[in-house]
Amino acid sequence: MHELGLVNYVVKQVSRIAEENHVAKIHSVTLEFGEVSGIVTSYLYDYWNWYTKKFPLFDGAKLLCEEIPAVTWCDDCKQTYPTVQYGKTCPHCGSGNTWLQQGNEMNIKQIEVEDTREGDQNGE
Amino acid sequence: MESIRIIELKESIFADNNADADRLRGQLKQQGTFLLNLMSSPGSGKTSTLKRTIAALQDELSIGVMEADIDSDVDAAAIAATGARTIQLHTGGMCHLDADMTRQGLTEFGTEDLDLVVLENVGNLVCPAEFDTGAVKNAVILSVPEGHDKPLKYPLMFEVADVLIINKIDVLPYFDFDIQKLTEYAHMRHPGLPIFPVSAKTGEGMDAWTDWLRRQVAEWKQ
Repeated sequence: MHELGLVNYVVKQVSRIAEENHVAKIHSVTLEFGEVSGIVTSYLYDYWNWYTKKFPLFDGAKLLCEEIPAVTWCDDCKQTYPTVQYGKTCPHCGSGNTWLQQGNEMNIKQIEVEDTREGDQNGE
Repeated sequence: MESIRIIELKESIFADNNADADRLRGQLKQQGTFLLNLMSSPGSGKTSTLKRTIAALQDELSIGVMEADIDSDVDAAAIAATGARTIQLHTGGMCHLDADMTRQGLTEFGTEDLDLVVLENVGNLVCPAEFDTGAVKNAVILSVPEGHDKPLKYPLMFEVADVLIINKIDVLPYFDFDIQKLTEYAHMRHPGLPIFPVSAKTGEGMDAWTDWLRRQVAEWKQ
């Protein structure tokens, strides 16, 4: 459900960037997701393969996903710890006064592209 | 020669939607229409709370309601019975509305003469929180049977909320629902979040909530 919407956004956003950069073909799109962003990447690949078939620009384009580890900051003892292992309670001092520092990102990291044929402007 | 290169982006998947939502808010400000995005789990009483809210405000404000669901029009029919203008949006399987879908709905609806439009989002505490619809304020309803621990389980929903309505307080005696704990958890996620306990069934507490909403609409139209 959620993943379908994300694929939709990625395709829209990458299409716009491709047009701005005179790109002829997309080879791959690399996304990065925080460990606790709630994204199920296996669904994402399925939707990607189904949805991108409708767009010639994306013909054969690979989807790559990278994970950003979740890290929580403790406001009381001013230390960080891995979120997934310890949750909301700081393992150093037992405080619950803690905040997610990173790990809920959903970013388009980079795209690998082929430019329009020679004769057109070369990119910088 | 083929030239393959990498374009580094490092931008949020939501960047385009967020920009679009800001544009939509700008348009709504210009025409003096307040858009409220109403979110909750299925069955928390969005539609019945809305019916009470419309009854309280419809003499002073012209109100429209956009019902978003994956399918059916039962909610739209219930709201239409109040006399408010209603449109049913189908998300086609998607679990949320985004700014572009909201704009399409508003355009079809024709909102220029409306003071208040309520977008009843898809019943879901997860996905709608991620997508800015272009609304001026986000209202979240949590009902007593769902339990007071929900702000811990669905933190983002309570972070993006501008106001929290606790519905079904008429059944409080039958549940282990602790309003004090709920307030504590909700304020952990969102310090200072206004909270209104109501019963859409009996009408208890509705005045405080509708007063809040009335003030928000008046401020937006200034």
